[in-house]
Amino acid sequence: MGLTIIFGALGVVNFAHGALYGVGAYAGFVTYEYTGSFVAAMAAGAAFLLVVGVVVERGLIRLYYQRPPEDQILVTFGVAIILVEALRAVFGGLARNIPAPSWAAGIVNLRVTLYPTYRIDVLAIVGASLVLLYFILYRTRLGLIVRAGIEDQLMVNILGINVTRTFLTVFGLGAMAAGFAGVINAPIVTVTPDMGADILVQSFVVVVIGGVGSFWGAVVGGLIAGEILALTAMIQPAYSQVMLFTVMALVLILRPQGLFGVEGRQ
Amino acid sequence: MSARAARPAALARRFAPEIALIAVLVVLPAALPYIRGGTYDIANRILDWGLFGLGFDLLFGFTGLLSFGQAAFYGAGGFVAAYLLIAPFTTNAVVALIVGTVAASIFGVIVGYLSLRRTGIYFAMLTLAFNEMFFFLDISPLARWTGGENGVAGVPEPRLGFGLFTININDPGGLYWLLVVLFVVGFWLARRIVASPFGAVLRAVRENGARAAAVGHDVPKYKLTIFVIAAAYSGLAGGLLGLLQGYMPPDAFYLDTSGQLVVQTIIGGAGTLIGPLIGATVWLYLYTLLQNIAGIGALWKMILGIIFVVLVTIFRHGICGAVTLLWRRLSPQPPPAAEPPPPAEPERRAAEPRRSAQRPPPSGPVVLATRNLTKRYGGLTAVDDVSFELREGEIRAVIGPNGAGKSTFFNMLANVIPPSSGTIEFKGEDITGLGATLVCQRGISKSFQINQIFPSLTVRDNLRIPVLARAYGKFHPFMLRAVTRDAAVNAGIEEAASSVQLRDRLDVPAAELAYGEKRRLEIGLALATQPQILLLDEPTAGMSPAERTDTVRLLRRIAAGLTIVIVEHDMDVVFGLADRITVLFNGRKIAEGAPDAIQGNPDVRAAYLGSQAAHEPA
Repeated sequence: MGLTIIFGALGVVNFAHGALYGVGAYAGFVTYEYTGSFVAAMAAGAAFLLVVGVVVERGLIRLYYQRPPEDQILVTFGVAIILVEALRAVFGGLARNIPAPSWAAGIVNLRVTLYPTYRIDVLAIVGASLVLLYFILYRTRLGLIVRAGIEDQLMVNILGINVTRTFLTVFGLGAMAAGFAGVINAPIVTVTPDMGADILVQSFVVVVIGGVGSFWGAVVGGLIAGEILALTAMIQPAYSQVMLFTVMALVLILRPQGLFGVEGRQ
Repeated sequence: MSARAARPAALARRFAPEIALIAVLVVLPAALPYIRGGTYDIANRILDWGLFGLGFDLLFGFTGLLSFGQAAFYGAGGFVAAYLLIAPFTTNAVVALIVGTVAASIFGVIVGYLSLRRTGIYFAMLTLAFNEMFFFLDISPLARWTGGENGVAGVPEPRLGFGLFTININDPGGLYWLLVVLFVVGFWLARRIVASPFGAVLRAVRENGARAAAVGHDVPKYKLTIFVIAAAYSGLAGGLLGLLQGYMPPDAFYLDTSGQLVVQTIIGGAGTLIGPLIGATVWLYLYTLLQNIAGIGALWKMILGIIFVVLVTIFRHGICGAVTLLWRRLSPQPPPAAEPPPPAEPERRAAEPRRSAQRPPPSGPVVLATRNLTKRYGGLTAVDDVSFELREGEIRAVIGPNGAGKSTFFNMLANVIPPSSGTIEFKGEDITGLGATLVCQRGISKSFQINQIFPSLTVRDNLRIPVLARAYGKFHPFMLRAVTRDAAVNAGIEEAASSVQLRDRLDVPAAELAYGEKRRLEIGLALATQPQILLLDEPTAGMSPAERTDTVRLLRRIAAGLTIVIVEHDMDVVFGLADRITVLFNGRKIAEGAPDAIQGNPDVRAAYLGSQAAHEPA
């Protein structure tokens, strides 16, 4: 669930994100097969996806900034189909697996419950990524431009800042985050070409609950969504997904712009 | 009307698309044996997807609402119908299909009500999320009725009609004719909807939803209605899926099903109604053909994905759009419409008197009043405690230096933004917080500082939108009458076009107008609602001096019988038009009176000169 927070906080959730996440997992899988090193797999997943992100943005997405949002949705959706099918063509539909690294194997006794060490490590990695992301978004020049670009692209352009290049950076970083997420999640879930579909839907739900383009909205939205899934899974597993969507519907009725969303911003 | 029936040629022209469609579908069975991989089964599935896509095309192609959740209604309609037949609550397929369609529509109301609270990508995300919710409901909590991941098996062959007229359909050929009838009827209905006043408003919503609302249309209600109609088409197609296969699979609820619908519609051509059917043909036929070719079989979906991206990037209207474009290129072009003749309007009232010199001071009843109107943005008070009264037939100018709060004040008058405190009264009734749509319906209409037109509609269709709002009220669900046959509406369009001198530009797309013409269209959109009070926000913004003079003359002509409030920077325009002037400065009203009095007012001079002297960077 933590991964969806990163997507939400970056404000770059799009329909290709699930597919990029899948590509990242496979990049990690290949690297792991060759090197046997999980760290190398993480690095390769992130680096490869940075390249993919840059290529896709320069080659395609760039043409769409002046077009209506519906066209942008359609093109990212098309990119997702091509990526997923490319994975299927290269690797086949069989499920693959990256084992958890040896330093994170085993189980921790948390007194109340037993918990796999690797999941705790993932939690730590997500936490660290969030801190890093917060730092970049709110404490650096790039972050300021990114946030301003989300608010008012034209104005930032007029001020003499090349927003196009900033969008490239953001798209690239978003893809990189997706690739990284794909690798670190691979030991927990199975690696299949369309493994990204679930996380895509969950990211959307987090963004809708938390509010658009809000860092804290994404964090709170992610935590709420995680809690709902975990709690209903304990009591009534069949309803856990349904509960999540019900809460989303409630937020829409009571506060359509999301918990932390700013009114009027689309 | 009898004349129409007597002219088969006219009738044939009117139903040409339906006739062509029927001809192709009737001939198809004879051709099937000669088409590689051509079977009734694949033809039936194509027709079912085409029917499914008709609703989606109305929703996306015509209204601009990109939903990724149509599978929710496809599945819902399908499972309700299938369950009714196997339970069995009914043995009649028609009853099951109708109940399934109604059920899908009811789900459409709920999902639409929630999803339509957001627009653009968030609307798409929400429909996708609700689609997923339906899928999870289907496979787990409702598994007792839906068979969970196994689906509902043993859906009987369809039996139609009652008593003596009962027909049992027990072969794919029979099913084909059932689908042909339903598709043709569905296609005809969709075409009626598109051609109706309701359809005209849908296109306006796609082009510029905010403006459609501002000229008096209840946009959320229009969106919800078309969402439900799309859900109904999906539900019917879903019900038919169960009948076709004798089995209702949970795949109907898959996100991939929604995605496939989107891809097919785009490939075929969104906004064409026939596009989804063509897209379905491409998808299903490619699948059948490529499946058996070694080496390519596994790649067929990727090929489709690439076609999709290319089409979205280059041919936004898919195969149908590309064919139409080619057709136009190849067919002899009529000479392009001549450039507009210089506005040599016959000056009916050639020597118009300078208004302020001649007119007595306005003395009619007060029609619009604000009491202590205030708007705060955080710590900034943009409009501070402004009370003002407007008399019937008056032309009032609101002026002030940049940042005086004119536009904010103006937007509050039109109910575009709500005030922080204070009230607005129209003819003695409190209209504060009614919203732009209702205020427009009552008779206050606003033209915008930045053009808010419907760019890809013609001037005629642009003006049609406000005229419809006046003629039929804020919501008009009649869908079966052609909008172009409404003589009163057509007359209203002509009238509005003449009053803003666009009569000979009626069939030009608004996007192709010159700037000054767009500006006049902008005023025309507000005027065509036949308001009692017209609010004009900088009508001459960006115009050349010559255009300004023309516009002042035009405004003076349309002012007869109207009450006007105008915000303007150009003092020639202000003093050439206004009966009285209100001056705002730093959000406060500092002066009000006849133009002569304002010209001599020391406070006004100080405000303008002072701000000029200081010349702060905005």
